Amino acid sequence: MKYFIGLLTVATGLWAGAEEVSFNQDIRPIFSKHCMTCHGPDAGLDEHGKSKRKGELRLDRAEGPEGAYRVLDGVQAIKPGDLKGSELWRRITTDDADDRMPPVKAHVDPLTSAEKETLRRWIVEGAKYEDFWSFVAPRERELPVVKNKKWSARPIDQFTLAKMEEKGLVPNARADKRTLIRRVSFDLTGLPPSLEEIEEYLADHSEDAYERLVSRLMERPQYGEHMAKYWLDLVRFADTNGMHHDHYRDMTPYRDWVIQAFNENLGYDEFVKYQVAGDLYPNPTTEQLIGSGFNRLHLIIDVGTALPEESFTKNVIDRVSAVGTTFMGMTLGCAVCHDHKFDPLTQKEFFQLYAFFNNFDGEPETGRRSGSDFKRGLQAPYIIVPTAEEKEKMAALDVGLEGLEGELKALQAAEARDEGAIKAKEGELKKAQEARGKFEETLRGAMVMKERTEVRPAHVLVRGAYDQPGEEVQRDTPAFLPPLKAEEGTRDRMDLAEWLVAPENPLTARVEVNRIWQQFFGVGLVKTAEDFGAQGRWPSHPRLLDHLTTEFVASRWDVKALVRMIVLSETYQQSSVAPRERFVADPENRMLARGSRFRLDSEMIRDQVLAVSGLLNLEMYGFSVKPPQPAGLWKAVAMPSSYPREYVADAGGKIHRRSIYTFWKRGMPPPQMSIFDAPTREACIARRERTNTPLQALVLMNEEQYFGAAKKFAEHLFEVPELNEDQRLARAYETVTSQEPSELTVGKLREGLKGFREYYGGNPDLAEAVAGEGGDEVSRAERAAWTMLVHSLLNLDVVKTHE
Amino acid sequence: MNPFQDYNDLVNRRQFLKRGSMGLGSVAMSSLLARAGVPGMGSHFPAKAKRVIFLFMAGAPSQLDLFDYKPDLHKRFKEPLPPSVSKGQRVTAMTKGKEQLVAPSMFKFHRQGKSGVYLSELLPHIGSVIDDICIIKSTNTDAINHDPGKTLFCTGAEIPGKASLGSWLSYGLGRINESLPDFVVLNSAFWSGKVNVQALYSRLWGSGFLPSKHQGVAFQAAGDPVLFLSNPAGVSREGRRRMLDLVTSLNEEHLEQVGDPEIQTTIAQQEMAFRMQASVPELTDLSGEPEHVLDMYGPEVRQSGSFARNCLLARRMAERDVRFVQLFHRGWDHHTALPANIRGQARDVDQPCAALLKDLKQRGLLEDTLVVFGGEFGRTTYGQGKLEVDNYGRDHHPRCFSTWMAGAGIKGGMTYGETDDYCYNVVKDPVHVRDFNATILHQLGLDHNRLTFPFLGLDQKLTGVNEAHVVKEILA
Repeated sequence: MKYFIGLLTVATGLWAGAEEVSFNQDIRPIFSKHCMTCHGPDAGLDEHGKSKRKGELRLDRAEGPEGAYRVLDGVQAIKPGDLKGSELWRRITTDDADDRMPPVKAHVDPLTSAEKETLRRWIVEGAKYEDFWSFVAPRERELPVVKNKKWSARPIDQFTLAKMEEKGLVPNARADKRTLIRRVSFDLTGLPPSLEEIEEYLADHSEDAYERLVSRLMERPQYGEHMAKYWLDLVRFADTNGMHHDHYRDMTPYRDWVIQAFNENLGYDEFVKYQVAGDLYPNPTTEQLIGSGFNRLHLIIDVGTALPEESFTKNVIDRVSAVGTTFMGMTLGCAVCHDHKFDPLTQKEFFQLYAFFNNFDGEPETGRRSGSDFKRGLQAPYIIVPTAEEKEKMAALDVGLEGLEGELKALQAAEARDEGAIKAKEGELKKAQEARGKFEETLRGAMVMKERTEVRPAHVLVRGAYDQPGEEVQRDTPAFLPPLKAEEGTRDRMDLAEWLVAPENPLTARVEVNRIWQQFFGVGLVKTAEDFGAQGRWPSHPRLLDHLTTEFVASRWDVKALVRMIVLSETYQQSSVAPRERFVADPENRMLARGSRFRLDSEMIRDQVLAVSGLLNLEMYGFSVKPPQPAGLWKAVAMPSSYPREYVADAGGKIHRRSIYTFWKRGMPPPQMSIFDAPTREACIARRERTNTPLQALVLMNEEQYFGAAKKFAEHLFEVPELNEDQRLARAYETVTSQEPSELTVGKLREGLKGFREYYGGNPDLAEAVAGEGGDEVSRAERAAWTMLVHSLLNLDVVKTHE
Repeated sequence: MNPFQDYNDLVNRRQFLKRGSMGLGSVAMSSLLARAGVPGMGSHFPAKAKRVIFLFMAGAPSQLDLFDYKPDLHKRFKEPLPPSVSKGQRVTAMTKGKEQLVAPSMFKFHRQGKSGVYLSELLPHIGSVIDDICIIKSTNTDAINHDPGKTLFCTGAEIPGKASLGSWLSYGLGRINESLPDFVVLNSAFWSGKVNVQALYSRLWGSGFLPSKHQGVAFQAAGDPVLFLSNPAGVSREGRRRMLDLVTSLNEEHLEQVGDPEIQTTIAQQEMAFRMQASVPELTDLSGEPEHVLDMYGPEVRQSGSFARNCLLARRMAERDVRFVQLFHRGWDHHTALPANIRGQARDVDQPCAALLKDLKQRGLLEDTLVVFGGEFGRTTYGQGKLEVDNYGRDHHPRCFSTWMAGAGIKGGMTYGETDDYCYNVVKDPVHVRDFNATILHQLGLDHNRLTFPFLGLDQKLTGVNEAHVVKEILA
């Protein structure tokens, strides 16, 4: 028992030290948890019309008529340095149940004695308030002083080392080259290294071998696909509308653009601007327009079910909330119905942001079923994005049309009008026009954002209800953040986009840097990647986060440079091997005193299995594909007229494409993905949970493609006839794990293979079911045994783990 | 017992426990360490219910034709609904701007059981167990369309992204059996209602912001009951055992080298998967059920994917301590031709529901199994489409509808809450779906205000940010 309590102390007491109590770090979380509901920023009225703020006191700020230092009727809530003079102290320590804070009826937890002690120290030390850390622009930080001068001179490492030294930890040794190439290949491309790549890297003894490996990996197109995977969770990209019938819709040009943007290393500032306001560039490019499709990724209901006004409001709220989570790391949605309880965002300010997004020139609900738009999954406004070939064909059709029009004009203008010929030509022209129209309907379309000419007024919606407009509001940004530069009255989404990426904006770059960091270490420097507000977690390394953020902005928002900086750090290259106690003491590796070990995402697991078995199809871009899935899943949830209603798997090479191209129905996402914690893509998700469940074990054991991969893999092993059994076993092991097997391991594999041979030798029917009809009984048993051996390897813990 | 797995659970559940009444005291610790087999491990107070079976009627059944008897309404056939009753309430796009003419129920109601509670002639079997049931006539909700309505009832919010009821229970209470999932979903594969069949979404049993291990496992009517349960062709149970032995041996070797206890969890989960490969087929194999038991559930019990079959499976799961079983039966959205369609729907569920209660009771399981029945909202008193005495339709109605609860400390043979003479507004004891869910939690020993998880800057609760109340009056 003691053992576990000890662990907990380590886990929860990570940031408690002997240094001065910090308002941001120590006090604000306590207030947030126990007090802010009644003594926070929300000044709204409750259902009885009474102010929700109690006792004319707010604890989130010191000054002002309701601030914590205020004296009301001779009582001061917090008197710096004076415990006895601080009413707060009396109220949290009194035995009088009527006076005690927080009151029972508030339904919040009582303060623990540790929390009271922290508050006591803070008041005694002078009760200093601080601006909330993430709302203050990051600044360049001096490198910390570290004792160990040998480890690394890189700034990242200096910051992490300082933290380790503070906690009495030392950095782990660098990971061996095999582990490193495996780790960095997964992290940069989402795929494991091939045997050839491993060999090349092992043979390269030059000083910059690792750096060059990193460069090679980042140049691959698979880099963009891998980076895009995270982004698509964040913006809730999917292939269906997500509501009611959950019909098909096609946003795939947006996915292609995201992949391309990462590969071409579009600056993150531009990346943000394309998405928030790509349509508002002067003469926007196709890419800018496609990027603006970000505003169309929200859920949308079918026409004829809800009230359009209500749907409209829901869409805009969804759009604004997405901007909050994606670019600001803020949960703006809390302020739809009331002022934010914990962050200084008022309801009015929410609707001022809403005003930027409510001028959409399109329907708030999906179109009717008739017409080609429905079949193509498109809702106006959209642009056509033909391939080069299609463009040519289109041009040819246009030339033909022009010719016919000319001929018709000539006929009509002729002095001797030949009505018969004119009629015939008109018919011909009509046919050609129809043909062109039909062809156009086969082209891919990209849904985009578009403004109405006349600006739609925006109002605060009372309690968030679409039919209860209150005060009219103008477009503006929240007051707790730097002001918007553009003049009132002329502001549009482009101004908002510019504001998001202005150097003084404290959130945009920080939030993105944190998410990128999270990709490589499993947890962000701020664990709550989706929430940088008062309820979010305090950063583990605030100065490091500041440093990376300022570097990122100074580099002109160069994502590849940031990624490179991270993977070249010694911190990243540490071995993830550690004594068990270290894992138990810091299970999420927040102290960064080792390499991070965590479960890979579903896409990486599946793509890896396809890759090592030689099945992976690296074709890029285009419409989503449907690899096989168990029958009946869609039908079990669809309506009779849902489009599509049943899942029809693709055939041929399409089913082996990377998982990022898998069709995503929001009402029933691919189970191979969702069982491994992939979100439904109904809401913006900045980080996935990582669980370890029996259902996951079942996927890896029994899913059709996974077992099929083992068969294919086993066949490949026999394509190199000169290998003896041990060499073949070693090759299989190395292909799957990137490591050479130890003697002990080879022994186990040999033993396992022998067992499978006996098993299939004694069960020829089973052997045939695995190995097919070819060959004689002995060779079938042999193939089946090898399949089971490979299948075993593909079920190793290391296959689903970032090491 | 595996201390490292416990440690994982402990870390995951830390936030929950911190908010529990016992804090991180020794009682919580010891119950946590005695993980498996201890009911009410994370509960806030002693529980009446050990498990729950939720019979969800997707599409929204008409309370007017099943539960909420309005004997005088036939006198008002085709009369306009007085504005003093409708109070300009929001309606759906389907009946917006149309005349609202009263459509009385064509079905007869009779007093049932010792308690004499009125029930529609469409539910004779449920009538036979009415003394075990509490009907809540004043249930109400915020949503007026199916998707938000179901999402609100099942996850506590209209907007997708929240955790479902069952996943909250899994998170808060943990598992009470070691070889089956703790949250199972059973969807009917067919139903009798032929109009307006509504969709389901996996978010209704999803885990939202909670770790996905808490999500419901939807059993399939055809093929593997649990996805990917069966071994591939050519792999028998013996072959699977051999394979797992090799895998475990290699994983253990790796654990020695790497040190990460998570590898131990992987080994344990693979073993659990292996156990499920036996326990799930055993669970779904009905060959041991005697004829008289099958007959209780009605003829459709012999068809895979029927509501009747799923009720029987739910009973078998209750016996095996699956914490939460949720059945979804679609086909209740009767905008038109209500009488014809509701007859079939009622036939689908009436006998199986009654059989489930009887069967649980005769096995002593009703004492600690809470059975609840309800849809996402109710239906309007005014007609939609054709309006004749014996043919009418009804639109969506969030202001009042009927649900019921039975077993595990619920008072039987009573009704709770009242609606006005038009069955349009609640006039006494309203029960919001939030209150309904809070009451379910309460029976499981959980305080809805203390069962929380931090996400998006908020301590998320099943009952959302608005106040919710346990309906104490229906508790025995």
